[in-house]
Amino acid sequence: MELAHVWGILFISLHAMVPITLAAIGETIEESAGLFNIGLEGILLLSALTGALGAEASGSATIGLLAGMGTGALIGLLFGVINTYLKGSQLITGVGINLFAFGFVALLLILLGAPGFHSVPRDAQIQLIPLGVGSLSPLVFVTVILAIAVWWLLNRSQLGLKIKAVGENPAAADVAGIRVNALRVGTAIAAGVLAGLAGAYLSVDWFGAVTKEITAGRGFIALATVVFSGLNPLLALLGGFIFGFFDGFATWIATYPGIKKIIPWQFVAMAPYVVTLLVVAGAIGRVRFPKGLGVPYLRE
Amino acid sequence: MSSFRQFLQRLNPLAESLLAGVIGLAIGAAIMLGFGYNPVVAYASLFSGSFGSVYSWAESLANATPLILTALTFAIAMRGGLFNIGAEGQLYIGALAAVTVSLIHLPPPLHIIVALAAAMIAGMLWSLPVALLKTTRGVHEVISTIMFNWIAHFFAFYLIANVLTDPKRGEKTISIAETSRLGRIMPDASLNYGLVVALVAVVVVLFLLWRTTAGFELRATGYNPESANYAGISWRKQVLRAFLIGGAVAGLAGAVQVMGRPPTYAVLSGMPQLLNLGFDGIGVAMIGRNHPVGIVFAAIFFGGLMVGGRIMQFSPGVPLELVRVVEGVIILALAVPELKRMFSFLRTKIKGRG
Repeated sequence: MELAHVWGILFISLHAMVPITLAAIGETIEESAGLFNIGLEGILLLSALTGALGAEASGSATIGLLAGMGTGALIGLLFGVINTYLKGSQLITGVGINLFAFGFVALLLILLGAPGFHSVPRDAQIQLIPLGVGSLSPLVFVTVILAIAVWWLLNRSQLGLKIKAVGENPAAADVAGIRVNALRVGTAIAAGVLAGLAGAYLSVDWFGAVTKEITAGRGFIALATVVFSGLNPLLALLGGFIFGFFDGFATWIATYPGIKKIIPWQFVAMAPYVVTLLVVAGAIGRVRFPKGLGVPYLRE
Repeated sequence: MSSFRQFLQRLNPLAESLLAGVIGLAIGAAIMLGFGYNPVVAYASLFSGSFGSVYSWAESLANATPLILTALTFAIAMRGGLFNIGAEGQLYIGALAAVTVSLIHLPPPLHIIVALAAAMIAGMLWSLPVALLKTTRGVHEVISTIMFNWIAHFFAFYLIANVLTDPKRGEKTISIAETSRLGRIMPDASLNYGLVVALVAVVVVLFLLWRTTAGFELRATGYNPESANYAGISWRKQVLRAFLIGGAVAGLAGAVQVMGRPPTYAVLSGMPQLLNLGFDGIGVAMIGRNHPVGIVFAAIFFGGLMVGGRIMQFSPGVPLELVRVVEGVIILALAVPELKRMFSFLRTKIKGRG
């Protein structure tokens, strides 16, 4: 294998890492506070759509990313309110978000006139940074910085301590004067913003188009990454890279004629999902989740 | 008087589902208004298309058939406190297992039974690793079932394109043998004896969950895992139970869809006749409150929406996908237990004024 191929795979892996890690560190924040949102996939999908439309309408990729983040914030708010003040069921809310997103995105893609596919104009996409051996999206660097920032937030700041207290023992946190439900809603919004950025990245940056299958399970792979990382954003970076590698590898190998003949493409396409299962199965056991995860807090 | 109150209490879940349904349709109407469609015309076309004639009833029931089964899969797990969203993948595998049985020759009634059994076993086998990953490694079933759905998706693509391919037409699998087909109930309609298979499954699950020790143990674990464990009920056994029974039923969903639905009796590449049946089953189970009888009615409602949705696509031109948006909103509404209380609060307020 030539060196150019190694760079090629590395860059694809980094680009594939971005959405998984962004969504995973967002989910890490809300899981630390006790919320388990399986609607990540739906948030990614909806924000991929609104991101693409925002970028197209404004001609600016940044506006596109902001549109995606705004969409994520709104759904995060909805998820947060349902599962705190309204004492809803987190898993069912997540399923509802996903089904709504599948339907809504498919519906809008049809109403926009191009069934199943809508491309973002080239000058409204994120411009890649040329690095000599290839070009890299600036979002790769943003993702690394955000992972470090979220790690600092959760482990070194006063706010992080409060978030963890709310996730671990909401009743005690309440007695200590922390507004449990308000803080949980806040983390749900933050998680939504990060997932929204991840979704908009898919359409505005990486693929340059939005399709109804654009997320391809990445929201769930992000959930798996959270498990793998044991709620550590820095390990989520590594997990995202591993899953990104197999995701990118599958894309790369599918276009590589020699290998295509030996292994059917369908088996290569399975790789990211098989690896996710193996990694998660190996990771669990040492991971401990907050005691209050998934349970609505009721003041007695 | 008290028995009347008990009767009313049993109607409560029904009222919740109806309320959620109304909210879903209302938000669907708002979206239609936003895009310049007339929701009254659209819904009139949708409901006359789904329940307006004997033929449309037959089509609605045909669409309800696989949904009854995938919803049962979700409901069985939910009764045991588990969240099985893997029916989607299990049904692909079940459908292809039923097609595989057509490679051998058997007399008619036996061929059907063998095909159904093969689909059930295939669904169980596909479901088994999920249960084992949960009991031995603690992997959350939401993650593992979704990963297995994607693996099933690509595995099915491989089988359709390379193994079970129709030698004359590359875009589909071989057709189900004549001896292994579930016949039509009504000429020219899609409705077939798959519906009977689904209803038998409903009765069996109903009996299993509420009339056997195994079912009692499963529900006890779902209700309160700690007390069930204290009472000597093995949690691991319940996880296996829920996923294996669920997998068998989901496999059956794939089988009836391919053995009973005219005209192709084969799995087309891209699996258009199978895609999303597992996910829609989750919605059906939720609307049917995870009860086999509720599921039958919810599946007919949802099967009707799908048939009527196709009609609505022609006359006012609203895309079929709107139906899934409505489904998503209904589930979001059902996730909120406070909704009912807010509703009754409003009702007492209005009464107070009157």
